[in-house]
Amino acid sequence: MINVRIGKLRQQSLDAIPSISLERAELLTDFYGSGQVRDLSAPVARARAFAYLLEHKKICINEGELIVGERGPAPKATPTYPEICSHSLEDLEVLASRPKISFAVSEEARRLQGEKIIPFWSGKSIRDRIFAEVDKDWIACYQAGVFTEFQEQRAPGHTVLDDKIYKRGFLDFLTDIEAAVRELDPKNDPSAGARREELKAMEIVLRALIAYAGRHARALIELSKKEKDPGKKAELAALASICERVPARAPETFWEALQYYWFVHLGVIIELNTWDSFNPGRLDQHLWPFYRAGLEAGTLDRDRARELLQSFWIKFNNQPAPPKVGVTAEESNTYTDFCLINLGGVNAKGEDAVNELTYLILDVIEEMRLLQPSSMVQVSKKNPDELVERALHIVKTGYGQPSFFNTEAIIQELLRQGKSLADARGGGASGCVETGAFGKESYILTGYFNIPKVLEITLHDGVDPRTGKRIGIRTGAVEDFPSFDKFYEAFERQLRHFIDIKIKGNKLIERLWAENLPAPFMSLLIDDCVKKGMDYNSGGARYNTSYIQGVGLGSITDSLTAIKYHAFDRRNLTFRELREALDADFGGREDLSRRLREETPKYGNDEDYADELASRVFESYFRAVDGRPNTKGGHFRVNLLPTTCHIYFGSVIGALPDGRKAGKPLSEGISPVQGADRKGPTAVLKSAAKIDHIKTGGTLLNQKFTPSLLRSNSGIEKLAQLIRAYFKMMAHHIQFNVVTAETLQRAQREPEKYRNLIVRVAGYSDYFVDLGTELQNEIIARTEQGSNN
Amino acid sequence: MSVEGYIFDLKRFAIHDGPGIRTTVFFSGCPLRCWWCHNPEGWEAEAGQGEPVIRKRYLDLADHPQENITGVNLTVEKVLREVEKDRVFYAQSGGGVTMSGGEPLMQAEFLYELLQACRRSGISTAVDTCGYAPGESFSRVYDLVDLFLYDLKIMDEEEHRKYTGVSNVLILENFKMLATRGDKVMPRIPLIPGITDSDENIGALIEFLHDLPVLRPASLLPYNRIGEDKFKRMRLPYKPGKLESYSSEQIENLAGSFKASGMEVILEM
Repeated sequence: MINVRIGKLRQQSLDAIPSISLERAELLTDFYGSGQVRDLSAPVARARAFAYLLEHKKICINEGELIVGERGPAPKATPTYPEICSHSLEDLEVLASRPKISFAVSEEARRLQGEKIIPFWSGKSIRDRIFAEVDKDWIACYQAGVFTEFQEQRAPGHTVLDDKIYKRGFLDFLTDIEAAVRELDPKNDPSAGARREELKAMEIVLRALIAYAGRHARALIELSKKEKDPGKKAELAALASICERVPARAPETFWEALQYYWFVHLGVIIELNTWDSFNPGRLDQHLWPFYRAGLEAGTLDRDRARELLQSFWIKFNNQPAPPKVGVTAEESNTYTDFCLINLGGVNAKGEDAVNELTYLILDVIEEMRLLQPSSMVQVSKKNPDELVERALHIVKTGYGQPSFFNTEAIIQELLRQGKSLADARGGGASGCVETGAFGKESYILTGYFNIPKVLEITLHDGVDPRTGKRIGIRTGAVEDFPSFDKFYEAFERQLRHFIDIKIKGNKLIERLWAENLPAPFMSLLIDDCVKKGMDYNSGGARYNTSYIQGVGLGSITDSLTAIKYHAFDRRNLTFRELREALDADFGGREDLSRRLREETPKYGNDEDYADELASRVFESYFRAVDGRPNTKGGHFRVNLLPTTCHIYFGSVIGALPDGRKAGKPLSEGISPVQGADRKGPTAVLKSAAKIDHIKTGGTLLNQKFTPSLLRSNSGIEKLAQLIRAYFKMMAHHIQFNVVTAETLQRAQREPEKYRNLIVRVAGYSDYFVDLGTELQNEIIARTEQGSNN
Repeated sequence: MSVEGYIFDLKRFAIHDGPGIRTTVFFSGCPLRCWWCHNPEGWEAEAGQGEPVIRKRYLDLADHPQENITGVNLTVEKVLREVEKDRVFYAQSGGGVTMSGGEPLMQAEFLYELLQACRRSGISTAVDTCGYAPGESFSRVYDLVDLFLYDLKIMDEEEHRKYTGVSNVLILENFKMLATRGDKVMPRIPLIPGITDSDENIGALIEFLHDLPVLRPASLLPYNRIGEDKFKRMRLPYKPGKLESYSSEQIENLAGSFKASGMEVILEM
């Protein structure tokens, strides 16, 4: 149920064309150009810059909206962050002209970029510094497509807020800062000076956000004065008084809670372009006390709560992900900024947390059908089946959301990493599928890792066959391996070699961020940065995790399986013959390509021959990464998710032993190779559950169903039980695309007719027509797991 | 040693063959030749008969490299091993294994052994049958079966003979026997345009069921065109000719006729 007001705002959001706004870049350049940062510490300089931005940016209030505040000067006017990535004029041209995920760039913006932004930031941006400071091994691997680097044009973000803002105002946080300052011990603590600077920075940003809310209050009062309609006039005045109250003081109503969160959200995404955007997390839990109290007091009803939530939803959709270029655009080409609202799960006591608001928010998700925010349900064994079935009714509409997560697995994953039970229960998943202790953890995705590329390099004794460069170590020629196990050892050594290079680079990059671009505003929000007087980017959080996301589990498994099966177990092929066929991209060896594809055990069919190798390669990857220290007092961990990187990674790999031709996409997440699974969804789920999900910080499994499966309630019930059984096996996540291949093919031919078609891509949904042709083809090709054909 | 069965398919995540998530084992061989049959590849009881239909989802590729086969001989142990793989899904959803075909009772010995193995393994069982088998065959397996999915097609004996190749007397007798013995039988009624969906036939079906203590709802299976293509591939004449699938309104109307008589029905679509 969408009323006229929401309908208009929603349409405005859908119609707005993403554009580049240089407002932020210009203000920031003015500020840094003024010379006033010269004698300031890094955190205080960043804090003053933040305050300057909030003080001078345009206030945008869209007519009729109930939640106010835009990151840019208008909906979808998207800022740039030149201190992180100073776009070249060619970058702007690419952004403006690329067919997918484009941003309108005005002549004025190009002129400003060329005359003002580039001259000031060139060589100073963190991107330029990273590429100047990493060593040549790192550059060689990055260029070869062995791994990507998230932090080269976006800030280390990836965290989600907990419940702290719903109980306390910013002025309460100020008392925490003051207490932390009092506890500084300069006589005994050599870092007390640095801590004082950090805390000073936090106070500056705290006051800046209150002042920013005040600017909205004043603008609303002005609008109210001019408004003739008495209803609208009163509403503007009410909204003005909310902006006077929050974020300074704790919210008292449902409306205030939402507006408070939104100001905080704006603060985070204006301060830096944090990757995997911040979001409110367990929204049905945080808002529940306000909802219940409002209903009891008669100051809120269901329809009003729905309208406020809908208005809130539109605000997310108005903020496309900051523009990405180069490899970063390849690995995550989407407008979505991965704000993943969590519903359901368990409360702090471990009890069923589903409430009436959970279902109201699910209604809002279904009605709004927006790209952003994304949504998911946490499914605990304590939650009712009704939750899963209600969510599946939304999935049925072909929207790709919400996705399903296993609360018990999330909690075990967090506990394994050393989090407290309370922090684990308060956590969830964010971004695509990443596990985190909400409000207490900095869990940075540092880049994707191309596991099948390591196999290709191992097959060539350390040389990347695409370039002829030796980027790996010498582990022997294929004809010299006497057994599969010896070959596997060589693969493991190469894997370790590349992970070492990645981790060494990560540590350097972490320090560059910590020292140059601290994030005092984010630090204000994440425990225990205030208490420790340490920045979010420098180990201030209670938990500090660095993830390296493995890509291509299906492809690597099937490739290793093919080698073991044909070259060693059946011996119907020599290893050398296989490698030569790969080098020729199966030219003249179509028979071999077919045999590899058709007559080889494959991951995804619940056959141990292949599945055991999936576990084995997962364990190797896990051992190479997990538990190694980062520079923030935390550890490196693994997760298995691709976003769109499996396509980029596939493009840099030649033919693989699983029969895949050169340049084709890799498998995504932990899903089987596209089309390799032939025994239906239960077999896929069994295979996928054989790897130890609890050792990860998230895995991603895609399943596609035709709508016919979900037509009847009994179909929905059975799918719900399918999810439950997968989770009983302690798997982490599953998501569904419900569309027919014909629909997708039609959408490909006539994109103009299918602008609204949203499909599940990886850890998120996207407009089908905005996807590249390769990815579109892949989504069409993914096995349709229907029943009765 | 273990008896072998001739099996033409084994499908996991079967969700239309009884309660919950199931694995369906398709037995080769059927005494009927229904015009609208969905699985004509399951008619012949032995290898090498009939045209090959490629269906090798469940086969261990190494053991059966040939492309074109109608089915394979499998031991009870081998089928059970496949069936047991989805135990976690059965337990979660209240599902199990369904023996279908073809007509599973045509391989009575193998069916008996397989059902016993499932029972020992704690897996719930269903048998999807056309009913055309000696009464003793039903009695023999009765205690090992949790649910019979029992096809009732045409009440008029001559019509039945015309469209299925056999008389319905034995089928109706066996049904009565099962229905009076307990609550294990669930009637399944295929709705085939112009063949089973006449007012007379539906009326006779309702009357027949009305007189029996059938405790489970009847499931209605509206015609779809999956079978037509298979007849073509097997170079068999498709006798019904071009039949149109039902509109959802027609299906609702047909279901309505059953409901009007007080019968509980489930639409399988």
